[in-house]
Amino acid sequence: MSVQTFFRMEGISKRYGGVRALENASLDVSAGRIHAILGENGAGKSTLIKVMAGVVAPDEGRMTLDGKEISFGSPAAANDAGIVCVFQELSLIPDLSVADNIAISNPPTRFGMIDRAAQRRIAEEALRRAGAEDVHPLALVKDLPLSRRQMVEIAKALARKPRILILDEATSALTASDVAKVFAVLKRLRSEGLALLYISHRMNEIAELADDCSVFRNGRHVATYAAGSKTDNEVVELMIGREYSSVFPPKPVRTDSAAPPLLECRHLTWTDRLNDISMTIRAGEVVGLGGLDGQGQRELLLAFFGVLRGLKGEILVEGKPMSISSPAAARDGRIGMALIPEDRKTEGLMLPMTVRENLSFASLDHLSRGGVIDRKLEERKIEEMVRLLAIKTAGLDIPVGSLSGGNQQKVVIAKWLMRGPRIILLNDPTRGIDVGTKQEIYQLLRKLSDAGAAILFYSTDYDELIGCCDRVLVLYDGAVKRELVGDEINEHALIASALNIGDGQSVSAMEAAHG
Amino acid sequence: MGEWRYWFAAQRGTLLAIAIFVVMFLIYILNHPAGFTPNVVQTASNKAVLLAFVAMAQTLVVITAGIDLSIGMIFLLTNCLASWLVLGTPTETAFGVVVVLCAGLLCGALNGAIVIYGRLQPIVATIATGAIFYGLALLLRPFPGGSVNEDLADFMTGKFFGVIPASAVVLAAVVLVVWVPFSRSTLGRGAYAAGSSDVAAYMSGVPIRRSKFLAYSLAGLLASIGGLFLTFFTYTGEAAFASGNAYTLFSIAAVVLGGVSLFGGKGSAIGAIFGALAFRTIGDLLFVFDFDPLWQPLFQGVILLIAVSLGAFALFRVRNRLEWFL
Repeated sequence: MSVQTFFRMEGISKRYGGVRALENASLDVSAGRIHAILGENGAGKSTLIKVMAGVVAPDEGRMTLDGKEISFGSPAAANDAGIVCVFQELSLIPDLSVADNIAISNPPTRFGMIDRAAQRRIAEEALRRAGAEDVHPLALVKDLPLSRRQMVEIAKALARKPRILILDEATSALTASDVAKVFAVLKRLRSEGLALLYISHRMNEIAELADDCSVFRNGRHVATYAAGSKTDNEVVELMIGREYSSVFPPKPVRTDSAAPPLLECRHLTWTDRLNDISMTIRAGEVVGLGGLDGQGQRELLLAFFGVLRGLKGEILVEGKPMSISSPAAARDGRIGMALIPEDRKTEGLMLPMTVRENLSFASLDHLSRGGVIDRKLEERKIEEMVRLLAIKTAGLDIPVGSLSGGNQQKVVIAKWLMRGPRIILLNDPTRGIDVGTKQEIYQLLRKLSDAGAAILFYSTDYDELIGCCDRVLVLYDGAVKRELVGDEINEHALIASALNIGDGQSVSAMEAAHG
Repeated sequence: MGEWRYWFAAQRGTLLAIAIFVVMFLIYILNHPAGFTPNVVQTASNKAVLLAFVAMAQTLVVITAGIDLSIGMIFLLTNCLASWLVLGTPTETAFGVVVVLCAGLLCGALNGAIVIYGRLQPIVATIATGAIFYGLALLLRPFPGGSVNEDLADFMTGKFFGVIPASAVVLAAVVLVVWVPFSRSTLGRGAYAAGSSDVAAYMSGVPIRRSKFLAYSLAGLLASIGGLFLTFFTYTGEAAFASGNAYTLFSIAAVVLGGVSLFGGKGSAIGAIFGALAFRTIGDLLFVFDFDPLWQPLFQGVILLIAVSLGAFALFRVRNRLEWFL
């Protein structure tokens, strides 16, 4: 095995205010290898990558490329040196077309003007290389679903002909079939001699892809080892620095009750996205929504939450038909519903506002008297929530955007729990957050359901559906394809029904793709 | 078929502005006592071209998610400057035109420098520079006066071949020489990118600062072309405060009417030009229907509100309420 290290980081430190994000970190990058970076959120992975990609300047330390010391003043400088990053926060420009975005940093020009035909060719080539031929180059990025945007982001990075390609949670919103395509692309790039840095919280992806792994904890580099030389448990212990007990809390034994289901829908239909869905959730039950991404799961949650217009069918709460015309109506006391949205940065939080303000936004009606906010009551409720969810923050009056992803997600959940909802809808709540926080969220969900809440939980992670849910409804093309109960919930059944197929061969192909 | 859909979606704002203008102009022409004659078209063109230039200027800045509240004052300042310089022999006149255009460019560049390098909010920065530009205009022309090369002025406000209004030809030429290259250049793309999402643009290595600087500077240049035309129409320079402010506000109205998003990143100067033409036609409509001039501002406001609302009709079709906020 000939390993050529051509990029090296040594003794890199970076502090934000009083917090050390990186301390004396080091990393070697070799051509033709896929190097996985592991660590909890807040372990310093993001900062490390931002230093590499020229987004932040380190306080100390040095970087060498081909033996020469270098430093980057901007992302553009890092790109010129051949280091390209696919960021977790998408770097696409919403109002420009896919082709415009792919060619953004260095568009082809003729007579000083952008050559749109050449740009179109570059875009088509890049989309093909990324395995995203289904995306039209002239479509506006803001009109694409999240999973397509992520594919465009990868195509955009490829169009820059990188030497080092960094993927920061680049597959978090992808469907299983996209992941398979992207993996094939990444393996080809590796054989072409690229160096790839791969950051993901999905252990099975890392097991499939990585040649080397480096673990970071609290801003320090903890260990580097050849992939496959440690068990999952050992790796997780390295990451969290403590014993790793079972991730998922035990499921209680269900007893059928005669009470009407807390939430029920009958023949729910909306445009071509929802197709005659009927389902029930009882108090104390955690019901999962499975299936490939974009099969109507998001729309179903939005339908319950009063966001969709022109909805046909019935929604019943405690057996009584309800007409829910807005989120404000859905969260109202009679219904008591909460929705933890998919995109915490746009739908869940007001990023520049403080943790305190964000926490109390959804419950201002409970916290105020005659339109005036009762500061003492607010303070008490907020303290209760911060304690319940163990939100790690430097204070309540700092912008919520400065918290780590996992803690931001906790704030989103906390702000809804403050209302004491009876029906909790979650839209992929653990996407892009670390193992430790995930575990806390699973336990919280079980605690809430034990206390009598009805929980409807959409996740793109099959392990989560298996570990958390009492029942799983698999959606396909806007309709419930299959209902899995208890022991029926396993990876094979989930994938088979997600693909709407019965034969075993394609299933094992998908399993291979998914890990 | 598929291709056309994307093109149509991208140009929807512009097409809507053109449609609004065409409908208004047809109503105007059909009710005009003289009908569709070169003279009527010339008058309409000359009336609208000033606002069209200023609206085009405003578009460049609005695309970057900024706003230029000094644009009307640049327009006045260059008018006053032209009333001193655009005189005499053809050479002297040409020199004067160049100086006026450079002055506009410089005003725009100053705005850009303050907003980008001084990191001030565009709205505040341009209120301040607007006051400065107005002060300079007032020093140049404490009282209305001055003059202009009348041959040039008559030529620019006349008709080519007795049919086509010269002002409309110049407007089209400026679109071809300034707007089209800008919108298709790397920096023009950068201006859209910065307006749409400056974080994503920065992460993508887009030259944000140079793009914005160019947009502000060109806005000053376009406003000064408007200032030149104002001089050609009036033969004088006048530092009329109310008129400067009115042009600033009307330019914003025209830009919105033209389908340019005030949030930045979306729209075209061509849309804004038709927005300006439509805005001017509102006034003309009231004229052909013989309204009492007292009612004019009120009706102008109502019609403007209706026209802007047309763009919001799409919202009634929205089935997912989250799309209201996109």
